[in-house]
Amino acid sequence: MTNSPTMIVMIGLPARGKTYMSKKLTRYLNWIGVPTKVFNLGVYRREAVRAYKSYDFFRHDNEEAMKIRKQCALVALQDVRVYLTEEGGQIAVFDATNTTRERRDLIQAFVKENGFKVFFVESVCDDPDVIAANILEVKVSSPDYPEKHRERVMEDFLKRIECYKVTYQPLDPDDYDKDLSFIKVINVGQRFLVNRVQDYIQSKIVYYLMNIHVHSHSIYLCRHGESNHNVEGRIGGDSELSPRGKKFAHALRDFIEEYELSDLKVWTSQLRRTIQTAEELSVPYEQWKILNEIDAGVCEEMTYQMIQETFPEEFALRDQDKYHYRYPGGESYQDLVQRLEPVIMELERQGNVLVICHQAVMRCLLAYFLDKGADDLPYMKCPLHTVLKLTPVAYGCKVEMFYLNVEAVNTHRDRPLGKVPRDSALIHRRNSYTPLSSYDQVKRPRLYSAGNQPWLPLAPTPSALMPERLQSQVSGRVTG
Amino acid sequence: MRGSCRPNNPRDRTVCMTNCPTLIVTVGLPARGKTYISKKLTRYLNWIGVPTKEFNVGDYRRECLKIYKSFEFFRPDNEEGVKIRRQCAMSALNDVRQYLSVEGGQVAVFDATNTTRDRRGTIMKFAEQNGFKVFFVESVCEDPEVIAQNIVQVKLGNPDYMNCSSEEAIEDFMERIKCYETSYQPLDEDLDSDVSYIKIMDVGRRYLVNRVVDHIQSRIVYYLMNIHITPRSIYLCRHGESDLNIKGRIGGDSGLSSRGKEFAKRLRSFLEEQKIKDLKIWTSQMKRTIQTAECLGVPYEQWKSLNEIDAGVCEEMMYEEIQEHFPLEFALRDQDKYRYRYPKGESYEDLVQRLEPVIMELERQENVLVICHQAVMRCLLAYFLDKTSHELPYLKCPLHTVLKLTPVAYGCKVESVYLGVESVNTHRDRPENVNVQRSTEDALQTVPAHL
Repeated sequence: MTNSPTMIVMIGLPARGKTYMSKKLTRYLNWIGVPTKVFNLGVYRREAVRAYKSYDFFRHDNEEAMKIRKQCALVALQDVRVYLTEEGGQIAVFDATNTTRERRDLIQAFVKENGFKVFFVESVCDDPDVIAANILEVKVSSPDYPEKHRERVMEDFLKRIECYKVTYQPLDPDDYDKDLSFIKVINVGQRFLVNRVQDYIQSKIVYYLMNIHVHSHSIYLCRHGESNHNVEGRIGGDSELSPRGKKFAHALRDFIEEYELSDLKVWTSQLRRTIQTAEELSVPYEQWKILNEIDAGVCEEMTYQMIQETFPEEFALRDQDKYHYRYPGGESYQDLVQRLEPVIMELERQGNVLVICHQAVMRCLLAYFLDKGADDLPYMKCPLHTVLKLTPVAYGCKVEMFYLNVEAVNTHRDRPLGKVPRDSALIHRRNSYTPLSSYDQVKRPRLYSAGNQPWLPLAPTPSALMPERLQSQVSGRVTG
Repeated sequence: MRGSCRPNNPRDRTVCMTNCPTLIVTVGLPARGKTYISKKLTRYLNWIGVPTKEFNVGDYRRECLKIYKSFEFFRPDNEEGVKIRRQCAMSALNDVRQYLSVEGGQVAVFDATNTTRDRRGTIMKFAEQNGFKVFFVESVCEDPEVIAQNIVQVKLGNPDYMNCSSEEAIEDFMERIKCYETSYQPLDEDLDSDVSYIKIMDVGRRYLVNRVVDHIQSRIVYYLMNIHITPRSIYLCRHGESDLNIKGRIGGDSGLSSRGKEFAKRLRSFLEEQKIKDLKIWTSQMKRTIQTAECLGVPYEQWKSLNEIDAGVCEEMMYEEIQEHFPLEFALRDQDKYRYRYPKGESYEDLVQRLEPVIMELERQENVLVICHQAVMRCLLAYFLDKTSHELPYLKCPLHTVLKLTPVAYGCKVESVYLGVESVNTHRDRPENVNVQRSTEDALQTVPAHL
């Protein structure tokens, strides 16, 4: 079927950015409403082998370790199956090295048996600087290396990579793997080889992977300076900056100069208040219509009190479901999320960017980068005259807040307390989807739990993995 | 999306901001599908709201030369020919500049062979001078069957070969290809490693993508990876007549009327007669399309995004009732039916957005039958038949009629098959008077008959 669940299988030597891509991809897919989860084999392995000693574990001639590693893979695949068939998942990202044909054949058999589609993502990189940077950024803080001694980590990890290199069989588009669906990411996205994309979601994945990169950069988000409407408590409209707003624009200029942000790109919306703010910075800036504030339709330029008096029902409906609620003649947060997709894509691509936008817009952008779902999104705090600096680190995003010391009104309306009665007349938009956040991604492995039937007839039973002296103590369960 | 910017220091080169216009340049020997790709890409980009135009250098050459004699014109040692061809390319580039810098275009597709590094260098210089980004789309294909098929489909009907027999035309065209082959320098992984391009190999089996620099380029790559040229047909029809249809009510989620059920049976016979290979069937998640598909006795897939346009507060109303309760809304809708959004509902514009994944998947698939709804079918039809947003909301999509779309040459052939089961008419034309002050009579002038 066209919409069968899909398994994305990462391939590559260690420190090639597989987990980075897995997490970002999962974030993006959940954002556009496709339930996605990551299954990281390293986590399963750490569960099974409590204390990591050294790279010796990864030697291809270490038979005992090989058994454990294979069993971990099987358990992870079990969890994938449960997620995709019973828990309503649409996509499972299988994050492991998967460097041998044998392992990939195993996965393909699994996929075929369960009627899933499979798409391989291989990361190939021979730039030693990139690899070293990778190791320092994410491996040093890995649970495998608690003592965090840099040189030791680097040394051990590089030896670990060598272990894999011995048996690494890259995807071969001309012969062995020419019928597989895959994308080969070469040198951190400089070049891509794409083979036999099967469906819409796979092409969307390729599209996304082509937009992300790894170089260090920061995204600065802030709102326009305080506007005249802000002062009057009015929402929407296209008013100009208040005197305090102008002060903020100056402070913003100083902020940029102080931090010496090289090649900073500045983006604004096409509304006066963001443009006026940018004008003070005396640097080139670009206007995006899609960064305009949420359209409040008939409620434009009203105060919250006026809305409550004129449209009490609408006001209540909005509080019940602020994410989906659409102003009459206007937009919803959900519309905004759709509308902002090109901006988000472009932010992924760019270097240092300062986005001067609006409250609702900023909430959406923030929610994307900080992995918040539709429930939290409309209530995120985005005060005036405050710059948020987002810096991608390891597998997430660091946030720093800079209040630029110019007073402003507070435009934030909290979630109403207490139970708001669910009005049965609330009309749910039938034809739309909601961004999910990617929390709770990793399942705890169930290596020796009861009822954990290995699915492959040839898979070893738990007892077979235990050292011989303990075998007699385990009640052998014969599996097919 | 493009806005203004003011560079701080004066430069003679235009600052290339994020949303600079983009020049897409096709590369490839003749009969490799460049024009097919250009036209489809232009169609898609305009569909998603990016103003795009294609500039086919062959057209300029035909303007200039008036009469095509033979492949000799394309021989690399034909000095006069080379001069004219270069002039045509320059003339086309001038029009490109006009379109992108003056007329507000966002993307221009420069459709020509562009097979030499020299020619591509000229184009890149031109783009740099004008602050455009460049993205190359190269089509590489050595399969003689595909090439022959190409020639038969599009070259034989070409103005160049109006006065020849098919054999003469094919022979001449093969010679023409040879003229280009000797000087062809494909995009190279090493020599062109700084250039942004996509190399399409064997009609989309494989792609090599290099240095995609912005959102629009990645969108283009995404689209190109979804299209193919395998012959197939798309069948579009609505669900069988529903109970609400009979009552003249819009929206809702009712079941089929008895005539609707009859249609479903006829549809089944029709499909069996047609003997369509590997037909996929898609429906929405509403009762009436599902019930229609159930009668076909074959597997089908439900898509939420195929659900009918949400009429918000007007759901399940008759047009007469809408006029009675919401005369202002009713008039506004007639004024701009494409953009008008029902209160708490959707607009055609929203629908187009919502249907993008379906359209993408339709591009990917082969034979598909889509059982959907009036507004949805209008959108799908408008995409494949290249209709404007003005025409879209008024396209005729009657009940109990199957439209068979077959891509052919650079467009789409349409065959309409009425399955002989009577039904109500649900098509409401634009009335003459769309003024908000109009009388009820004027407003309801074009409402079709119902119970």
